[in-house]
Parts: sequence; structure tokens; C-alpha cells
Amino acid sequence: MTAGLSGTIVRLGVRSVFGRRRGVLLFLLPLVLVGLAVLVRVLVGQDPSAARHTLYGLGLSVIVPLVALLATTGVLAPEIDDGSISYLLAKPISRHTIVVSKLVVAAICVLLFAAVPMLVAGLVLLLDEPLIGVGYALGSLVGGLAYCALFALLSVLTRHAVVVGLIYLLIWEGLLGGLLDGVRWLSITRWAGAIIQEVAGGVTLVEGLGPAYAVGATAVVILLGAWLTGQRLRAFNLTGDE
Amino acid sequence: MTTIQLDRVSRWYRNVVAVNDVSMTIGPGVTGLLGPNGAGKSTLIALMSGFLAPSTGTVTLDGDPLWRNEQVYRRIGLVPEREALFDYLTGRQFVVANAELHGLPDPGAAAQASIALVEMSDAQDRVISTYSKGMRQRIKMASSLVHEPAVLLLDEPFNGMDPRQRLHLMELLRTMGAEGRTVLFSSHILEEVEQVARQIEVVVAGRHAASGDFGAIRRLMTDRPNRFVLRTTDDRRMASVLLADPSVRGARLRSEGGIELEASDFGRFSEVLPRLAREHGVRLLEVTPTDESLESVFAYLVSA
Repeated sequence: MTAGLSGTIVRLGVRSVFGRRRGVLLFLLPLVLVGLAVLVRVLVGQDPSAARHTLYGLGLSVIVPLVALLATTGVLAPEIDDGSISYLLAKPISRHTIVVSKLVVAAICVLLFAAVPMLVAGLVLLLDEPLIGVGYALGSLVGGLAYCALFALLSVLTRHAVVVGLIYLLIWEGLLGGLLDGVRWLSITRWAGAIIQEVAGGVTLVEGLGPAYAVGATAVVILLGAWLTGQRLRAFNLTGDE
Repeated sequence: MTTIQLDRVSRWYRNVVAVNDVSMTIGPGVTGLLGPNGAGKSTLIALMSGFLAPSTGTVTLDGDPLWRNEQVYRRIGLVPEREALFDYLTGRQFVVANAELHGLPDPGAAAQASIALVEMSDAQDRVISTYSKGMRQRIKMASSLVHEPAVLLLDEPFNGMDPRQRLHLMELLRTMGAEGRTVLFSSHILEEVEQVARQIEVVVAGRHAASGDFGAIRRLMTDRPNRFVLRTTDDRRMASVLLADPSVRGARLRSEGGIELEASDFGRFSEVLPRLAREHGVRLLEVTPTDESLESVFAYLVSA
């Protein structure tokens, strides 16, 4: 297996994400986060508890996975849906190169529309503790990448990647993650939380989850998700309307 | 010399058989893949272009497997049936991107040459979403020709083209075949196929029904027994007269009136029918072929 990066696929991917209406959502989501952070700061002042609810409850749990979902499915799902991915696949290029190039586009989106806004929101909410903002930005980036790899795999496994992704976020990460303590071992958001508390220091987001495990598990999801997506693309079936 | 070889290939989807034990060799020149809709033509093209694994059997390009072998795309150009393209790009951007993905040394020049070949130079800077069906077909062609492949596979390429575009594409395919490329295109229209392809492969219901040059296929199709329903002023007399002629294989009087008739030699039958009727003073009220559909022609080929 060799995986490189194709500038052409990255360029096409960027146009694919922003050439569609859902690309607008990528701009709206961070605006909501930063807007709410400004509102909380004005109304409550520099309050760690309010900051935690905004950054963790809204930012890390909602905005980051949604940005990852929109970016990843935007760069993969439409082409698979309408079959135009055959123009990428009918080329002497490693399928893993195609996946890596597409994930790079999604990663850029996560950086611009999730990680940077989290840093801004963190600084707005807790200007005196800039490390917390940095921690959230880093955690969002790493967690967002894991989400991208997961949603990329979903995109090549099912035609309903967006719906399945949303259900996963609501049921597993949201509902069950809040009810059952053990879910933290298998929750990207909680792994990102463990990384954030390690970087920021002094905040407790997830209990009983070591940073080493969180980093390792995140890395496994990113690498395994990307690799499996490539493997799946190698066996892509294209048939007509028959 | 580039050859695609299918050796005892079958492909099924769960319990539906799409392609059934097909062996064929597609060599240089233009080959037409002919069959009614749903016969398995697209499945065969997907197998030949590495986008489908055979359930059994092998598909190879000059001996190399096509499935999970992306290097074969250096030699293959594929024009899929589906119309979806990168609609947000201009025609030129799309073809240049294809050239870049092939790793060509000068993608811009290769794209220009390919676009000129399909006569799309004037519309190349328009966004693809504004293209007509025929223009989409041609820009798809340009994208598949940009690396000058030895093999060109086209799935129903004439669909949606106007007569002028159709003639131009036919000419283009003939030229490419004459250059020694291996060109295969699918169609469900015999006339379309025999205008371009010297070699025709007929598939019906997933099976390889016939193979040969278009003359042989055309004879097979026209020499089959033809069934008619005749209504005349004297059915019994007409039936007995016709039965005496060697061009007629069988005749049956229908209870609701009229004659059900099977002719074995259509050419002779069409000539003797009016003459015999006149000689015996019988008026022909109705002559209706009952199995003229393409499907029945194909069905005959399968049973032949």
C-alpha cells in the first residue's frame, strides 16, 4: 500500500465542498459558536463553568463533529452517490492516495471551521487562561480528524452516510455517552476531552480516561478509518442502471 | 495489440444472474456489444473496466487481471453510461483534471488535443452544468481519450445524441478502430452497431448469444422464422395454398378467425404471399407480424 497526496483531488475536493449549498453551513456553525461565546462572556463574564458548557457542551460535542460530518461527506458522498467518482477511480492512482487527498480537504475544513473557532471562543470566554482555548483547539483538531476518518468510512459503506452519522452522534456520543460511563472508552468526543484536559490543565472534562489511551485510540481510528476507506474504494462497484 | 479476454465469466447479485458463463475476446478494431436493455451489457463493461469482480471466471487485459489493478487504467479509457460529471467545473477544467490524474507531462496540451477531437473547443470554457446531453457525452469522451488509451470502453455512447453528433462519434470510433485501438461500445440498436462495428457480440439475458461480423449477425436476425397473423376473405383456402409453398413452415386456423402462420424464409414469403392470394382470388385483409420486437429477435438468437 502506498498513499501519497494528489493536488488535483485536493483542488477538486475543495470545490466540491464549497460548490454546494451545504458548504454555507460550514461557515454558519463556527459563527454560532463564536457568537454564543461572545454572548456568554458579555452576560456572565469570565466564568469557568459557563465556558465549559459552551466549549465542551456545544463546541466539542456538536460543532466539531458536525463540521467533520459536513466536510467529509461533502467531499466523498455526492461523488459516490452519482457515480462521478469513477472519473477518479479510472486512473492509475492508489485508492489510498484518493482517500488521503480527500481527508486532507476535510482536515483543512476541521482546522478552519472547528479548531480555529474553538480557539477564538476559548479566548473570548476565558481570556486570562489562554491555555484552555489552545487545549480546546488542539482537542477539536485531533477529535475532528478522527470523526473525518470515521465518516469517510461511513461514506463508502452506505449511501445514507449523513443520516447514519447524525444518528451515531445523537445516540452514541450524545445520549449513551451521557448516560453510560463506560462509553468514554469508545467515544471520540471523550477522547478529545481527555486530550484537552491534559493540554489545558486544571479542567476536568472526562474522568478515568488517561491521555495516552485517548491519543492512542484517536490515532487508531484515524489510521484504521482511512485505510479501510481505501480498501473499500479498491473494491468499488460501478454498474449502469441495469 | 491490446486484447481483453473474458474466460467463462459469470456475475451474480445475490440470486440474480447478470452475466452467465460468458467467454469472449475483444481485440483491436471496433466491437459492438449488442443486446436489449437489461441483458447485462453494463455489467460486462464494468467487468472489463475493473469496476466489478467476476463471481467466477477471469477478465484480463493482455493477461493482466483488471480487478483491483489500478495500473490498467494507463491503457483503458472508460466512458460510463451515467451522466453525472463534476458539474461545477468547466469542460476544460474537467478534462485537464483527468489529464493531471493520469500524470501526463503536459496536461493542458493533452486536454486541448482531446477536446478538439470531440469538437468541444467552442464550449470548453462553459460550466458543465449548462451542457446538453450530447455535449456531456462528448466531454466524457474527451476525458477518457486524454491519455490516448489503447482500449476504449463506452457504455451506450449514442444515447441522447442528435443525428449529427451521432455521425461524428461514429466516425471518431471508426478512426480509432482503424488506428489499431481496441474499441468496445454497447448499444441496444442493431442499426447503430452495424454502422460502426465490424465485429458484433450479442448478449441476451446475461448470455453470450452470438458473435461474428455484422453480416453474419444480420443474417441470423433476418433468417429466423417469422410469425404472422393473416386475415383473408377465405382463410381455409389461403392456409392450404400457403402450406404448399416451401417458404411456409406451418399454418393454423384460429378459432376467432384468421390464420396463424410461421414463415421460414421471409424474403420468399413476402414475395409469394400477394401473388398466391391474387392467383387464388383471395383478398388479404390484414397481415400482422406478431414477433417483430427486438426482444423476440434476441430470444431467437439465444435459442439458435
